[in-house]
Amino acid sequence: MSYVIDRRLNGKNKSTVNRQRFLRRYRDHIKKAVEEAVSRRSIMDMEHGEQISIPGRDIDEPVLHHGRGGKQTIVHPGNKEFTAGEHIARPQGGGGGGGRGKAGNSGDGMDDFVFQITQEEFLEFMFEDLELPNLVKRHITGADTFKNVRAGVASEGNPSRINIVRTLRSAHARRIALTGSSRALLREAQKELERLRVEEPDNFTDIQEVEQEIVRLKARINRLPFLDTFDLKYNLLIKQPNPSSKAVMFCLMDVSGSMTQATKDIAKRFFILLYLFLKRNYDRIEVVFIRHHTSAREVDEEEFFYSRETGGTIVSSALKLMQEIMAERYPASDWNIYAAQASDGDNWNDDSPICRDILTKQIMPHVQYYTYVEITPREHQALWYEYERIGDAFPDTFAQQQLVSAGDIYPVFRELFQRRLAT
Amino acid sequence: MTARAQRRQPISTGSEWTFELIQNYDREIGRLAERYALDTYPNQIEVITAEQMMDAYASVGMPLGYHHWSYGKQFLSTEKSYTRGQMGLAYEIVINSDPCIAYLMEENTMCMQALVIAHACYGHNSFFKGNYLFRTWTDASSIIDYLVFAKQYIAQCEERHGIDAVEDLIDSCHALMNYGVDRYKRPYPISAEEERRRQKDREEHLQRQINDLWRTIPKSAEKGSDRDDARFPAEPQENILYFIEKNAPLLEPWQREVVRIVRKIAQYFYPQRQTQVMNEGWATFWHYTLMNDLYDEGLITEGFMMEFLQSHTSVVFQPGFDSPYYSGINPYALGFAMYTDIRRICEHPTEEDRRWFPDIAGSDWLATLKFAMSSFKDESFILQYLSPKVMRDLKLFSILDDDQRDDLLVPAIHDEAGYRVIREQLAAQYNLGNREPNVQIWSVDRRGDRSLTLRHQQHNRKPLGDSTEEVLKHLHRLWGFDIHLETVQGDKVMKTHHMPPRGDHAEGADYGRMDLAVVHHL
Repeated sequence: MSYVIDRRLNGKNKSTVNRQRFLRRYRDHIKKAVEEAVSRRSIMDMEHGEQISIPGRDIDEPVLHHGRGGKQTIVHPGNKEFTAGEHIARPQGGGGGGGRGKAGNSGDGMDDFVFQITQEEFLEFMFEDLELPNLVKRHITGADTFKNVRAGVASEGNPSRINIVRTLRSAHARRIALTGSSRALLREAQKELERLRVEEPDNFTDIQEVEQEIVRLKARINRLPFLDTFDLKYNLLIKQPNPSSKAVMFCLMDVSGSMTQATKDIAKRFFILLYLFLKRNYDRIEVVFIRHHTSAREVDEEEFFYSRETGGTIVSSALKLMQEIMAERYPASDWNIYAAQASDGDNWNDDSPICRDILTKQIMPHVQYYTYVEITPREHQALWYEYERIGDAFPDTFAQQQLVSAGDIYPVFRELFQRRLAT
Repeated sequence: MTARAQRRQPISTGSEWTFELIQNYDREIGRLAERYALDTYPNQIEVITAEQMMDAYASVGMPLGYHHWSYGKQFLSTEKSYTRGQMGLAYEIVINSDPCIAYLMEENTMCMQALVIAHACYGHNSFFKGNYLFRTWTDASSIIDYLVFAKQYIAQCEERHGIDAVEDLIDSCHALMNYGVDRYKRPYPISAEEERRRQKDREEHLQRQINDLWRTIPKSAEKGSDRDDARFPAEPQENILYFIEKNAPLLEPWQREVVRIVRKIAQYFYPQRQTQVMNEGWATFWHYTLMNDLYDEGLITEGFMMEFLQSHTSVVFQPGFDSPYYSGINPYALGFAMYTDIRRICEHPTEEDRRWFPDIAGSDWLATLKFAMSSFKDESFILQYLSPKVMRDLKLFSILDDDQRDDLLVPAIHDEAGYRVIREQLAAQYNLGNREPNVQIWSVDRRGDRSLTLRHQQHNRKPLGDSTEEVLKHLHRLWGFDIHLETVQGDKVMKTHHMPPRGDHAEGADYGRMDLAVVHHL
């Protein structure tokens, strides 16, 4: 006797826990691989997972087995020319067959173990040392860019959202509707009782009968529940997608000789984060990369992060260029403009007041948010103090932060997110 | 007449399957199997998706298992090779349980589903029910229950003692899993409910015994001295995990129970590891026979038969030793060839067969085949039934690889002089005792440093593999005191391993002992 069962609908992902256990065990390896991937990838390329490879010997499960050597006799199929008692040369290496099958197999264990992690996991590992709180993480990685909006009442919902007035109203209506005939009979019976009491006070049997009828009718009316499940009415919430439109993100970075690759990597994390954040909020995003030393230039991403130049630093050159590009291609009426600037704080001293001037007058009025990160463990210089004054003037749209390690990126974001999530 | 005409109608013509068709095929195949009196457990055929098949893969054929990272690793690698198209998934997985659970993949064509039903639900199923190893060592009706118990128990341990402590322990047990089976002693199966009830008693009882064994209050020296000299254990112990479970001085009761769970599961899989050729060969023989019968009755079309034959030939394909696809002898090919040949010997014996197999030549093939299936394991099956014809067909030859000589020797090939040699050597190749190093527990220094000594009986000078040190670390973690492993030839000690390594105690210290690990996680 056989039973055929369709199991296709239940219990997919039975291995999820084991998979998580595996990732947990090798998190150091994976984190390293993710870090490498981050520095390799474009900041706009965060939509897919990553292939992780772990050296085979780190991952082997040891068992007792025979090693090479000693005397081994192995039977093989497919003999073509060998005869009994023949001596043949030992084949070199583990390459296919010829009496070395076993040794060849054990060699396979040394290959790297390669597997795929999902985009979510990738971001999870990437954000790990950014110390992002869950709310922010969910906001960045999840697709929940919905707003809950009231949309009338419904007959199903969460108990906490019961609409009391509407519920009682419908309960009342139901009680009236369902007891109509009984109450009509009751009224008649009461009238009959009164008539009997007045006209035939001695007719006890009839009076008793009518009285019993009244009791019965009242009981029937009372049996009807005061509140029934289908009376319940709930306030209905529907999810409405957040209004979104297009945004442009300006990445400004100092590439003068004082910026090391490590500094740039921190800056890159910061730019990625900002990019992901914008991506969840806007349909379309463009990214403009501007790098500068003494003069500024718009470049592609590769050049932005990985080519080095030497020389002094004039920050205002980048700001001027940004302002020009804004005016030319991204009118503030059509675009939400975000800007992120990363630098190690060096600037030509006389230039810092000019920066403040350009920012205050020409840039800040148009942008949604401007963040400045100074990646340095050293003392602040003139630029920082000038920027502090901008922060005073535009407390809602300007943020600056000193970063020493990747973990410091978050505070800048906190302000940004709090502001965004509040609106 | 009309009934006959209907019979001639093929069950289906398209390649799409439906549940109704699966039932129809199963009914017909079942009817044919009954003709051969195949004794099976009831079948439970479950249709699953490719993802679910990968899950089933990852849990090494257990329908439900406890959580462990190694299964995650298995899953990831399966997932990767499947999604990249490097590997097709097996068409079926079948579980030795009562009822016998067979998984059919949604993606298969109707032809493949029918093939799988014949292969798994009637082939493997009757093997599980008939073969003596399975009858002796596994209890199909209670395995699912036991796995449920194991999963729950280990989950509880994780809650109480932390995931890391449990994971470390299971790692250590897995390293010794192949040494957690009784080869000769027959266990008697009990149900999961009983297991749960007993488990509590066992904890207390066991701990009491251990305490006796390791009582630290010194006995009066003269009285006990002669008894203390006796070696403990009195006989070498082959079941290392069993010995650990019963005697390791520092394990907590829950840790002993986990060791026991891993040991029990190893025992459950032990017959499967010993009957690969027989089991796959048997299932392949029956799917081939049953599908041909279906065709003879006109129940399947020629196109269907072509598709079947194509899958069948690729399953039993045996590449030669010099082929790039060669990875040892294909158990499907060898098993199928042997069963088919046994049938031939019974039905159409040649003069050679009468010489080699006087007992079975010309006998009733079905009875002979069933006897062969039920009474052997791979090693003895090959020794008993590998015929000269099969050796010739597969062109078997042997290679002697001796590291003390410069070249390889071909001791025998598929000719009159070599048949017996090849047969013996191939049989030995399937002897688990030869494939795994023979390592047994030798003695415990009960009154001294409590160290545990193991002995490796070296066979043909074959050395231990390179992960031996790692395994000893795991054993050290379970035992809690020093481990010595002596490689011996005859009575002569050739080589010794020590854990922690001799003269370098610092290195052993970073490999936390179980008791320390537990303290750490509390």
